[in-house]
Amino acid sequence: MTPHLSRTPLLRSVAILAAGATLLAACSSSGSSGNSSHGATTTTTAAGSAGGGAGKSGGTLTIAVSSDQGTEDPQEAGSNDTIFSARQIVDSLTDQDPKTGKIVPWLASSWDVSSNATTYTFHLRTDVTFSDGTALTAQVVKDNFDAIPKLGATAQLAAGYLTGATTTVVDAHTVKVSFPQPNASFLQATATHSLGILADSSAKASVAQRAKGVIGSGPFVLQKYVPNQEVDLVKRTGYKWGSSVFTKSGEAYLDKIVYKIVPEAGVRTGSLESGQVDAIGNVGLADEKALKAAGVNLISRANPGVVFNIGINNSRPLFQDKSVREAISLAIDRASIVSSQLPSGSQPATSILSHTTPDYENLSSDLTYDQAKAKSLLASAGWTAGSGGILTKNGTKLSFTIDWFANFGPSPAVLQLIQQELKAVGIDVQLKEVQIAQLVQIQQSGDFDALWGNLTRADPDILRSTYSTQGLNAYKVKDSTLDGLLIKQAATADASARQKLVDQAQESIVSNYYAIPVFELETEFGVAKRVHDFNFEASSRIQLHDTWVDQ
Amino acid sequence: MGRYVLRRLAQAIGVLWAAYTIVFVVLNLLPGDPVSAMAGAGADSGTIDPAVIARIKHQYGFDRPLLVQYGEYLGRAVRGDLGTSISTGRPVTSVLGQALPQTLELTGAALLLAVVFGGGVALLATYTSWRWLRQLLLSLPALGVSVPTFWVGLMLVEVFSFKARIFPAFGNDGLRGLVLPAVTLAIPTGAVIAQVLAKSLLSALSEPYVETARAKGAGRVRIHLRHALRNASLPALTVIGVWTAQLVANSVVVETVFARNGLGRVTQSAVTVQDLPLVQGVVIFGSLVFVGANLLVDLAYPLLDPRIVVASARQVRFA
Repeated sequence: MTPHLSRTPLLRSVAILAAGATLLAACSSSGSSGNSSHGATTTTTAAGSAGGGAGKSGGTLTIAVSSDQGTEDPQEAGSNDTIFSARQIVDSLTDQDPKTGKIVPWLASSWDVSSNATTYTFHLRTDVTFSDGTALTAQVVKDNFDAIPKLGATAQLAAGYLTGATTTVVDAHTVKVSFPQPNASFLQATATHSLGILADSSAKASVAQRAKGVIGSGPFVLQKYVPNQEVDLVKRTGYKWGSSVFTKSGEAYLDKIVYKIVPEAGVRTGSLESGQVDAIGNVGLADEKALKAAGVNLISRANPGVVFNIGINNSRPLFQDKSVREAISLAIDRASIVSSQLPSGSQPATSILSHTTPDYENLSSDLTYDQAKAKSLLASAGWTAGSGGILTKNGTKLSFTIDWFANFGPSPAVLQLIQQELKAVGIDVQLKEVQIAQLVQIQQSGDFDALWGNLTRADPDILRSTYSTQGLNAYKVKDSTLDGLLIKQAATADASARQKLVDQAQESIVSNYYAIPVFELETEFGVAKRVHDFNFEASSRIQLHDTWVDQ
Repeated sequence: MGRYVLRRLAQAIGVLWAAYTIVFVVLNLLPGDPVSAMAGAGADSGTIDPAVIARIKHQYGFDRPLLVQYGEYLGRAVRGDLGTSISTGRPVTSVLGQALPQTLELTGAALLLAVVFGGGVALLATYTSWRWLRQLLLSLPALGVSVPTFWVGLMLVEVFSFKARIFPAFGNDGLRGLVLPAVTLAIPTGAVIAQVLAKSLLSALSEPYVETARAKGAGRVRIHLRHALRNASLPALTVIGVWTAQLVANSVVVETVFARNGLGRVTQSAVTVQDLPLVQGVVIFGSLVFVGANLLVDLAYPLLDPRIVVASARQVRFA
């Protein structure tokens, strides 16, 4: 007879559930790839755009993005996929011109910076209203800046910009932000989505209330937000306080923007090809051919900030020797990595900063590919051939481990290529995948040989937070000259004086090989032909005020 | 019967507690914590002051001893308070409440399809007297079990959405949006049902009582549906109980491929950022589904087979 299945529900249930939980945990790294904000701004390609001129008002633009962070609050948005929509809801005090990197007026029509870069006074426009009808005042800005540090885990980036800040209302439309220490990069921070200004009701709302939707003064208004599914924005009627970077004055062209959350890359690509959406984010190299064949425009812009690099731990004995660091750099064929593994339009690193970062300096002559020179450098430093083709010196193998995490699809392939290239000159590289949740811990403990990664920020001050003793200095660089340059640039409000200091700092990092720059990350979109002026802003995210569609 | 149900409920609570505890341990064994995870995944962590991270960790109480945290979470969960999702700040119950109807819709449709088509294949395969058709039908379940759900989903989207443009590729929009994901989700479950039911039907059909029924002049259809199917359905029913919970697990994949909102997507993103309260909430819910489905199946046994007696609250006994 049939009922012979043994049934021990308790044990079985527990085992299956536990297995499920473990499996999910194991999946988490791949799942997080869409969450990466490590990839950023400003673009030079204007594909798909008819270039200024007469746009047409009206129509709906549908964009498929790969993930949803769980909120549309720009002050909490850390993932690019969420920033793409949250950015449109708010205006910022200033804007950053993607072509020049210059800070230009937006909600603030002008500002004064104290010469030591500790005090910023913003003179606000007087004609700005939020979509709930309330007016922009100095008090609203203060309420915003006071609320951000209290938001907790979700607003760490925005809170970081405001560390130590005191905001005071000078008069109805003048607001002052002061810092205990010089903070020359704060002006750029006010141009970011993170410090976008919300209406008072949203600024005073809790994280949970903000997750239901926020109110801003931006060119679009949040109409509907269904987590993990869809974000609908509609045009703000009567909008007339656009930044001076916008080409169209007044209201946006588009009536509506619909963001669909589509995690699977193949489904995004197919949806664009079959006309179910007008634009997709996170385009991969593998999808490019099919998209081009379908007549889709691919537009991309390198993210500003620190390029993808092998962030070596300079306190490790192996890396005390500059010739080892230089040999690693010489052994890497950046051009072939870019052409074989990365989306078209990507560029090899030519400095520690990408070329879209303000004050970037081209140092490509220090970042050449020369295997023979790498070998001779190592030979003259006393490294001799050992077993398996790996060099040794005093019984120590020339070997180190690169920790990486899955925040960028092509990373594993790029790293395997680097592994082979370094092997060719006798350097052994082990690759170790770590979880994103471990990153902060690894950086703080300093227990690593090398970390693979990049950082997106449209201001060179990212170098100070990364490599100076004032910042985290996770890579344990011991160079008082460099440290002095990085600290001094943060205290220099004068643009050209600051640029000189930033250039010297880049030269120091690159020519000493404190980090090994490899390539510039770019943000890439596939955009249907009917879409025009789909524009990147200075941080290589998108600003859709000037975007229009054929109807 | 009453004591039997009580006993099963006590077991259910045990399952819930064990699942909850294991997930707590597993998530805490993972390196990192929710605050760091969000710093790394969401923002550019190099720019974030470690002191800020430490302060936020303290706010959420992640710097306290694990046992203290465990006790507090468990104490609140018992009172029905699943806490607040760290990544969104929303109450866990409201996050789950929003996702649940969509997942129920999907898994419900998939279960229906699985039972109808799985059962249909099994019945037809065992009923037909054409050898080639029987072989063909019996080979289908093996295929259905072995192709990955992920791949099936992508193939269906490619053919029926991108090429034929009959169904949308993604979203939760109405019945048309439900067809492809429900079919994808139904295939493995339907295949297992078909396998198990076909096997039991074949063995039931060779039982002596079938001979008896035939001798008494019962028609083929009647023997197949009344006599054999009723006896053969118990193992299939057991499988349905187990696979109902499996459907919820598979919905992680299906909801990702078809970009549907639901519990699977919630789970996936919660695990990514180690949103402990949210993951715990999902686990508790998953355990409830599992325990509930199995309980229902157990209670349905006696209805189908009068030989099964729920005796003296000790165990299900076959008389």
